[in-house]
Amino acid sequence: MISFLSSLWRHPESRRGARDMVPITPGMSAWGLVTGVAMVKSGMSVGMALLMSLVVYAGSSQLAVLPLLANGASLWVVWATAFCVNLRFVIFSAQWRRYFGHLPRGQRLRMTYFAGDLHYVVFVRRFPEAKQVPEQVPYFWGCVLFSWLGWQIPSILGIFLADQVPEQWGLGFAGVLALLGLTYTLLVDRKAWAAAAVAGCAAVAAYGLPLHLNIVVAIAAAVAMGLTLDHWIPDSSQAPHDEEPLA
Amino acid sequence: MTEHDFYLIAAIMGLAVVTTVTRGFFLLSDREIPLPDWARDGLRYAPLAALVAVIVPEMVMSHGHLISTWRDARLYATAAGTVYFFWRRGILGTIVVGTVVMLAIRLTVGW
Repeated sequence: MISFLSSLWRHPESRRGARDMVPITPGMSAWGLVTGVAMVKSGMSVGMALLMSLVVYAGSSQLAVLPLLANGASLWVVWATAFCVNLRFVIFSAQWRRYFGHLPRGQRLRMTYFAGDLHYVVFVRRFPEAKQVPEQVPYFWGCVLFSWLGWQIPSILGIFLADQVPEQWGLGFAGVLALLGLTYTLLVDRKAWAAAAVAGCAAVAAYGLPLHLNIVVAIAAAVAMGLTLDHWIPDSSQAPHDEEPLA
Repeated sequence: MTEHDFYLIAAIMGLAVVTTVTRGFFLLSDREIPLPDWARDGLRYAPLAALVAVIVPEMVMSHGHLISTWRDARLYATAAGTVYFFWRRGILGTIVVGTVVMLAIRLTVGW
């Protein structure tokens, strides 16, 4: 463990991975803080909130199930809700496989806990081609361990300082702004803009669906739009990722 | 430990399994799970769509409804962040500018 971390610390690719996370970390940290506060405000004890923060480590599904847990909802409803909120990760996992499918299963299992969607977006900017190269593994770990700290430290602070963080500041919106900036970096051609517009409208229109399924509907609609446009308009740029630096 | 604590521990452990299963869905099996070509092509739009689907409702909805007022600090924070991004192309600045506008409006006019 210690030698793994110290070899990562020295590896230039893992440092680069951590550095590439820096611009979006303030937003993530604000969101982590808000999630920590929300867990305690929903009536959870400090111990339970710490356990949840450390072992679940999926902000959007944590926030989605808090009202259910507070009301003592059936466990299957709680888990099904989290599963639906996390369905987007299922899609990302197919993409991760193209980079890490060849690794031993134990290592893949350790990676899955950390493999959030933001890391995928940042990772694909660094490695746009789905070709396995040795730099990817240290880059991945640099990325995910840095942002794990950037999430967990403020989340734990939020758990302990729940009563000192005024809700009306709306700090959680910093997380939305981080995702907004990241989204803009992906809007590289008109097809991407069209897919994003469809996704945004679908997410709002389908908001009333149970279990946050509007996210899945929006992804399906945007993929359908993208495929249709790909069919009509031959590719101008193969991959929707450019090499602009993040910061 | 109360009964509710045992309930919470069971729920949290199950949620940890849900995180792992969803994030590793296609990654964990040793055999390749075949995906048709159109799915592989279409999935390059998925990360963008997922981000948009998460943030747009956070920007323009409250209590499950589209907002019908301009008196909402989130709109101005989003606009300020957007202007900054297309001016300087930086995510950090987008967050900082948007949050400053948000806090300024919340703490002065109270929208």
